This record gives sequence, structure tokens and C-alpha cells, in this order.
Amino acid sequence: MPTYLLIIPFLPLFSFVFTFLFGKRMGDNSHWLPIAAVLTSFSCALYAFFQVKNGYHVNQDLYIWISSGSMSVSVGFLLDELTSVMLIVVTSISSLVHIYSVGYMKGEDGYYRFFSYLSLFTFSMLMLVLGNNFLQLFFGWEAVGLSSYLLIGFYYEKKSAADAGKKAFIVNRFGDFGFILGLFLIYASFGTLHYEPIFANVNQIANQTFTFLGTTWYLPTAIALLLFCGAMGKSAQLPLHVWLPDAMEGPTPVSALIHAATMVTAGVFLVARCNPIFTLSMTALNIITIVGSITCLFAATIALTQTDIKRVVAYSTVSQLAYMFIACGVGAYSAGVFHLFTHAYFKALLFLGCGSIILGMHHEQEVKYMGGLKKYMPITYWTFLLASLSISGVPGFAGFFSKDEILAMAFASPVGAGKFAWFIGTLVAGMTAFYSFRLFLLIFHGEFRGTDKQKAHLKESPKVVTIPLILLAVGAVAAGNFGIPVVIGGDANWGHFLEPVLGHALAHPSHATELILMIISVSAGAFGIFLAWKMYMKNPEMPRTISERYPMLYKLSLNKYYVDEIYDFLIVKPALFLSRNVILNFFDIAVIERIVNGIPKLIGQLSGSMRKMQDGLVSHYLAYMCGGTVFIIIWMVVRA
Amino acid sequence: MSFPILSLLIFLPVFGGIALLGISKENIKNVKVMALIISLFELVCTLPLLFAFDKTTHAMQFVERHDWIKLFNIEYYLGIDGISILFIPLSALITILCILVSWNSIQTKVREFFIAMLLLEGAMIGVFCSVDFFLFYIFWEAMLIPMFLLIGVWGGPNRIYAATKFFLYTLVGSLLMLVGIITLYIKGGNTFDILVLAEQNFPVKTQLILFWAFFAAFAVKVPMWPVHTWLPDAHTEAPAAGSVVLAGILIKMGAYGFLRFSMPILPEATSMMMMPMLVLSLIGIVYGGIICLAQTDLKRLIAYSSVSHMGFVTLGIFALNTQSVEGGILQMINHGVVTGALFLGIGMVYERTHTRKISDYGGLATNMPIFASFFLLFTLASVGLPGTNGFIGEFLILLGSFMTRPWVALIAASGLIIGAWYMLWLYQRIFFNPVNSKWDAIKELDMREIMTLMPMVILIFWIGLFPNTILDYMHVSVSHLLSQVTGNPEGIASGVQLAVNHALETANQGVQHVQQISH
Repeated sequence: MPTYLLIIPFLPLFSFVFTFLFGKRMGDNSHWLPIAAVLTSFSCALYAFFQVKNGYHVNQDLYIWISSGSMSVSVGFLLDELTSVMLIVVTSISSLVHIYSVGYMKGEDGYYRFFSYLSLFTFSMLMLVLGNNFLQLFFGWEAVGLSSYLLIGFYYEKKSAADAGKKAFIVNRFGDFGFILGLFLIYASFGTLHYEPIFANVNQIANQTFTFLGTTWYLPTAIALLLFCGAMGKSAQLPLHVWLPDAMEGPTPVSALIHAATMVTAGVFLVARCNPIFTLSMTALNIITIVGSITCLFAATIALTQTDIKRVVAYSTVSQLAYMFIACGVGAYSAGVFHLFTHAYFKALLFLGCGSIILGMHHEQEVKYMGGLKKYMPITYWTFLLASLSISGVPGFAGFFSKDEILAMAFASPVGAGKFAWFIGTLVAGMTAFYSFRLFLLIFHGEFRGTDKQKAHLKESPKVVTIPLILLAVGAVAAGNFGIPVVIGGDANWGHFLEPVLGHALAHPSHATELILMIISVSAGAFGIFLAWKMYMKNPEMPRTISERYPMLYKLSLNKYYVDEIYDFLIVKPALFLSRNVILNFFDIAVIERIVNGIPKLIGQLSGSMRKMQDGLVSHYLAYMCGGTVFIIIWMVVRA
Repeated sequence: MSFPILSLLIFLPVFGGIALLGISKENIKNVKVMALIISLFELVCTLPLLFAFDKTTHAMQFVERHDWIKLFNIEYYLGIDGISILFIPLSALITILCILVSWNSIQTKVREFFIAMLLLEGAMIGVFCSVDFFLFYIFWEAMLIPMFLLIGVWGGPNRIYAATKFFLYTLVGSLLMLVGIITLYIKGGNTFDILVLAEQNFPVKTQLILFWAFFAAFAVKVPMWPVHTWLPDAHTEAPAAGSVVLAGILIKMGAYGFLRFSMPILPEATSMMMMPMLVLSLIGIVYGGIICLAQTDLKRLIAYSSVSHMGFVTLGIFALNTQSVEGGILQMINHGVVTGALFLGIGMVYERTHTRKISDYGGLATNMPIFASFFLLFTLASVGLPGTNGFIGEFLILLGSFMTRPWVALIAASGLIIGAWYMLWLYQRIFFNPVNSKWDAIKELDMREIMTLMPMVILIFWIGLFPNTILDYMHVSVSHLLSQVTGNPEGIASGVQLAVNHALETANQGVQHVQQISH
């Protein structure tokens, strides 16, 4: 095993353990080790990337983790094209978030704890992408869940934060439920959990069925959908999206890390990694495409009306992740991973920009109290603008290339739901541009709406915060350059690079179609930006008139379609009722305990009444004896 | 004749306990130190077992065999195999931790308390070493007495009720087992040697009756649903050490009984009763988990969570294949470690707060960060986070039962969700949320307490990351057991009706990705 590959995950692990144990004593200096560790990992990741580019792959076991009977799973690393890209995304974003946190978390209680958790998060995600088998993926998967639990609930004394952390973990467990069953089915089909033999022999499950409780299932569909359950949890797709918007209870750098690099991308990565299995099942692909499309629209409509700046960005993540699933669903895995890559930079930038604004506004997150911040925070302003342009898909920016690729692939795809996904995707492209610029304009333009005290304190964030913003802005602008489509003079490097792992897209549109589609989606984006400008700059009364004209729709969107309330009503409340009233009070106490305590009581009563027979009167005893003798004689006679 | 190490292990704590009587009652310090030394020495003595154990045979090792009551062919017959060996060091370790956690919390009849602990240890190890069924029964019942005293004398306010309930529940079960043992003796050729008994073919009808007679004893001990209701009472009223040893070792005896007696001696009955046992286990998992959501008492919650976790253990044992049974045995150890650790932690915090009500807590992480970290780790191990020991056991059990009956694994896996829900909710209510000002002056763990918890931390990670070092001990014994029960050393191979059975053998095409449909 090459050393640089070991360094990538294990240095952050060491940094976690060391900082967690001794960080308290290091006080304000506790960030040095985590930053050094993640930067070293980043350098090694770059090195690994170039190794892969030169055709060097690694698939090696460290040691056998679990072996029982014929089952054996190792801890081992796989370095291929997909891994190398993920390594870059994770370590680069993580490095910048680490550095940014030095400024953002300054003076907070538990400063060292925060940095140690960041290292743990990085380690977990790196183990997830580096594993050469499903069980190690699951290790990273759950470890990522743990890290998010710790970081979302970082301000644990706040009940809402503790709730949000717990919610993230438990909602993800619902997804894991499907995921782990998927692993069992894979094991039952292939007799191993290691990628290489599974993907090499994947054709053997094609056309196979299995019987489950009398029903017959198409094996690839079953495996793919069970794995997708896990992906829905981690990547916050409907109906398991509810944890992600709440996750903003964590400190803002954590949101950036979760939304951009370390957690939500895991689901997309899983689907991309397992593409040979998904490709076998048209049904599964259709379902993924539809789930992606619905989530995409659903989240975007919520983002339209939210007033908490982090919440808007959070829902935009759900919506953007849905694009990635649409890509996977239509069989264009490399387009999905491409969007994952570009999204990581502009989304991290948006979140860190929000963090910078929140710092400037003294922990105010309501857009209602902002406005006109442009002149106070110029660097934040410009970088935020670039990120907004990128997410809106303005030509030339990173988001444009990846989103257009997805829409083109969806349109051309043989997967039935492809056209539907294209339509939704284009619609949402317009909505995305609208809500992004709505947010942008409300924050930076117009008059300042906060208190005078807030106004007096407004100033640009320190360099340790702004430099990561600038670096991310470079990514948000330029990350698309790796995959410029052929039709506008590029050479589609991205797809070629990932081809050995992700294969070709199922179908390509013709160049003419691609150009037309591009024009349509760009116009949708432009219209969104124009509308945002019209509604929030030109004609600030418009939003209110619209919301008053359609109060139902407005309320639905503002209250996030009441999904949390519905879950509370359908799952949480019934479970607690079942627990308290049915199982505990009825079964356990009223039935089982009554029987258990009843038997001794019954015996006690019985012996009490028997005792009365022994009253010491000889005549009574004589009578019992005679009665008994007569009974025995009769019995013997009858039997004979 | 080799060195009688098993006898040493059984009688060292017994005589050590009796020797404590030699120390004056007032000299509490010496009593404690002496008890600690004895228990430490005991642990050291168990280590040679681990090193000298031959992992390549299922035969009993370190055997000691002497005639005892010749009239009934009762022998003093000791030996261990891959199924029992691991519980001996675990018992020794748990006893040490129990002694440490009771250091200051036991204030009355201190000397007697430590004597009871040591006697209990001897009896527990005796149970795991017995190869003679009658001898086993003696140790089995002998365990009951010190445990009864631990709850009844040093327990909480409602201790008499709890102790009596515990005693009667287990006694009723044990008596049925005794009848079963005598039946076996008569029908099996006048012997109590379980190795000989396992060789015989009892008629199926006899096997079924005996199976349920043993079930009465073992299911109560596990405890399986619906005979679990003694456990919450016993746990809540027992002192910390009592809860720890109960969760750590005592309730493992039931599952051990199934493995050691029911399965090899009554193989046909075991196969026939597989389904009912799986269903009872599933009910235990789900019922025990859901009921935790309604608990307001810290110890009761963990007690019910034991019902759920032990449901996983019996599920694994009765799913009858290599992964599930090995997972089941491993999960017995894991549950001992993790739930033992949770009860140790609860004991430490109870010593400070004197309340078990969950709602009395809140924000403890602020004033006890070290304790919060320990408890978080135990919580995570309890919910089966990969990297901790809990995951390995649950994974193997679920995988194995999936191979036997997929729907069983489907239902059991829901335990993963419920488990995370109640454990994290519990953790939140104790350690997170706004700080309850009542505990502003609460003391962080001291060195003794940290040292008490450390062994558990090491075991959690050790088993979580290197489970093979533990699983290696059981492979041969488990496959022998499975061939006794099912006739196949791998057990029940696959209930998943897949057409792909030997996919990998027929395939030989190297890494090559599916050619996708091109346009």
C-alpha cells in the first residue's frame, strides 16, 4: 500500500484523536494540527490524482476485518478515477473550511472540540470514498453520520441544535435500513462484499429473480433500490430530506462541509460507484430519475420563500443534489459526479459567504434585517455574486457546464422519465436563478433594514475568512473547465477521465439538440435572474402582492409543505403512543405483569382455602378419607 | 494430569471471598483492597487460557474429570471449548469493574458485599466450565443466591419486591430444567455427561418436551419475551455492581444454555422450533426497543434495551448458520461489555445525583465532558456504529439471519432505527439540552472511575476493529455445533431463492464493466 494513500485518511484520524484528547490544553492553538493534517491530505490527494491520471490504480487490502465462515471482508483501499476526484473534492473543501473556521469560531467555547470533529468528519468521508468494499463504505457512511451528529449538535445546550443532530442521525438510519438490506442481498447474490469481484461479475445477476415472501423480485432492481434508500437518506432526497435543512443548526462552516463535500455527496457517490448494478435495472433508473425530479422541484419551491439565509441555501442543496440523482437516473453518472464537483465549490462558497455575513451581522440570519451590505463587505459581496452566478447556470461559470450536461443527458436518455426530468430540471434552473438572486439582492442591495447597533458593527470579515472565499470563488468560476462540452469547443475531458469507472452515458444528444437545450436552460436562468431583479429591486411591493394573491401556495412553501408536521403526526406521535399506551401500559403492565404477579397470588389464595380443610377435627378428616376411597374405587371400576 | 486451572479459577474467588471473613468488619479499606487483589489475580489467571487454547479443535480443553457422586454417575467434569472460553475472562473482568464501581457507593455491610461478589464470580465461572449437566445445575442455582442478596440487601427502595421476583422467576424456570435434566439422565443411559448425551438420538417427542423444559430456564434468564418483566425491576433496584454483573454475565447464561445444552442434545427439536424461537426473538427486539421510548427511568430504559439486544443474540443463535451463530456469541460478549459499561456509567452518575429520573438531568456534558465522551462511546456501541463492537455482532447476526430467512432480517433491522432513536434521545436528555442548574457543582469523573471505564473502551474498539481475534476462538466449535444441529458445518445455507449460487466460481473474466447500451 503506497504511503501517500494511507496518509490521506489516517492523518486526519490522528489529528482527531490528538486534538480531542489534548486540544483543551492547547487552547487557541488547537487548530494547527487539524489544518496541517488536512492540508497534507490534500497534497497527497493531488498526488494520488496525478498517479491515477498516469494510469496507476490501487486496490489493496490492509487486513481482514471480519471473517466468519465463508464470509470475509477486509479493510482495504481502492484508488481509481472516481475515488481520486472525490478525494480532491473532500480534502480541498475541507481544508478551506478548516482555515475559515479559525476566524469564524474564534473565541467560541469548545474551539478544540470543533476542530477535532472537523478532522473526524474528514476522516470518515475519506474512508467512505477510499474503501474497496461495501462494508468499509458503510463504516465511513455511519462515521460521517456520527460526525454530523456531533457537529450539528455542536451547540448542544441549545435544544434545537441537539434535536437537529439527533434528527440527522435517525433520519439517516431510515435510509441505512434499506442500505444494509441491500448489502445482504448483494452478499447473498455474489458471496462477497468487495467491489471488484462484484462489478466484474455483475452480469450474472442480470435477468435473475428471487422470491421473497411469495413475491418475485427482479434482483438488480431490488439491490439498486435498497442501495438507493441509503443514498436518499445521506443525500437528503424526498422523503428523507428533512434532516438537511435542520442541519444548519450547526456552526456555519459545518453546513458548508456537510452540504458541499463530506456528507450529502456520499449518496451520489454510492450510486455512481455502483453504476454497473444500477445500469442493469431500467425500473430503478426510472425511479431514481423521478425521485430526483420531484425532489428538485419540491426543494426549489421551498427555497423561493424562506427568509433565513442559511435555509435558502440549504434547500438549494437538496434541489441541486436532486440534479445529480437525475443524472445518475438517466445513466449519465459522470455528469452527476461533475455536478457534484462544481456544486461543491459554489455551495461551499455560498455557505461560507453566509457565514461571513452572519459574522458581520452579529449572528443575525434573517434576511429581513439585512440589505445594502455591499458597501460594508465588498469581498463577501463579490464572491457571493460569483457563487450565485455559478449556481444560476450563467454561461462560463462552473454550474453552467455541469447543469447543462445533466439536462442534455436527461433529454436524450432512453430512460423513460428522462424527458420529464429534463422539463423539471429546466424549470428548476429558472427557479434556482430566481431564489439565488432574490437572496443575493435582499442581502447586498437596497437599504439596510437592521438595527442601528448592527449597522455600527458592520464590517468585512477578517482575512482568514475572506481568503477561503476568494479561493472557493476561483473554483466556483473555473471548476467547469474540466468538462467543457464538445459542442462549444471543449473536449469533454471529464467524461473521458471517468469513463473507466462510470462508463459512457446511455445516449448522447446531437450537437444541434444540445445547443438548443443549452439556450433554453440559459434563458430560463436569465429569466429567473430578471424576475428576481424586477421583484426585489425594481418593484419591491411585488412579492407581497403575489403572496397575498396566492396565500395557500405561499404558506405551503413557507412552511416547507408541512413535511415535518406530517412526519410528527404519522411517525413520531404514533410511535410514542404505541410505546407508552399500547406496549408499556397495556402489554407489559396490564397483561404480562398481571399474569406474572397473578400466579403467585392465585397460589396464595388456593393454599389459603386448602388450609381451611386442615381444621384439626378428626371427623372431618375421616369424611375426606372415606370420600377419597370411594372416589378411587369408582375410578378403578370405570377404568376397568 | 495437567494443572487444574479451571478449578483454580472457580475456587480462587470462592475461597478468597471466604478469606475476607478473616478481615475485621471495621477495616473496610483492607476488605476492598483484598477483594480487588483477588479479582485482579483471577483475571491474570484467565489469560493463560486464551493463549494456550487450541483453536483447531472443538473438543473440550483444560479438562478435569473426577467421580463425584458415583451412585448417579455424577462427575466433577470441567472443560471449555470455543463457545465458553471467552466468557471466563469476561466474567473476571466484569467482577473487577464491579468491585471498582462499588468502592464508595456501598456503605453498609461492605465486607459481606464483596464476599457476595466473589462467590458470584466463582459460580459464574463454574457455569461456563461445567461439562456435567448436574454440576452445571449446581453452579446455576448457586449463582442465584449471591445475586438475590446483591439486589435484596444493597438494592434500592423497592428491592425486596425486585429480589423476590427475580428469584421466583428464575427458580420456576430452573425447576423445569431440573425435571428435564433428570429425564435426560434416565432416557440417556444414566449419565450427566453432556458430550455423551449429545451423541444420543432421543425420540423427537422427548426432544420437544425437553426443549421447552430447558426453554423455561434459559428464556427467563436471557430474558426472552414474554418472560422478561423481572429484568427491569431487578436492574432498577440492584446496586450499580449488581446491574453490571446482571447485564454483563448473568443474562448471557440463558443464551449460553441454549448453545451448550438445547442445541447439541436436542438437535431435531432445535431445528423444528427454529421458527417460534426466531419469532420470539423478533418480538423481543421490536417490543423491547419500542418500549424504551416510553421509559422515564434511566436504568429501566437500559434494562429494556437489553431485552431488545438479547433478542438479537437469540435471533443469531436460532438462525442456525455460521455468521448468525458466531455473531450471536460475539454479541453476548458485546452486550456484556457495552451494557455493562452503560450501567457502570449510570452507577457513577447516580452516586452524584441520587436520581434515576431522566427528566432530572440535562446539559451534563458541560460539567462532565469526560464522562459525556465515555457515555457517548457506549451509546454509539449500543446502537451498533461501525468501528465499535456492537456493529460486528449485529451485522453478522443480521447477515446470517438474512441468509436463513430474509424477512426475519428485514424485521430485525428495524431494531437499528429504534435503537438509535431511544439511545440518542436518552443521551440528549441527559447530556445535551440546557444545563440543569441543579448539577452546576457536579464532579467530573475521578481517576478510579476513568480506570474503571477504560477497559470497556479498549474492548469496544478492539472487538470493533479486530473482531477476528475473538471470532477465531469460535470458528471450529461453532461449525461443530452447527453440524450437530443441521448436519451441515455452515448451518442453513441460504433461504434466499437465488438462481445465482456459485456465481463467482463460474465467472472468470477479470475486471470488466458492463457494456452499457449505446445509442
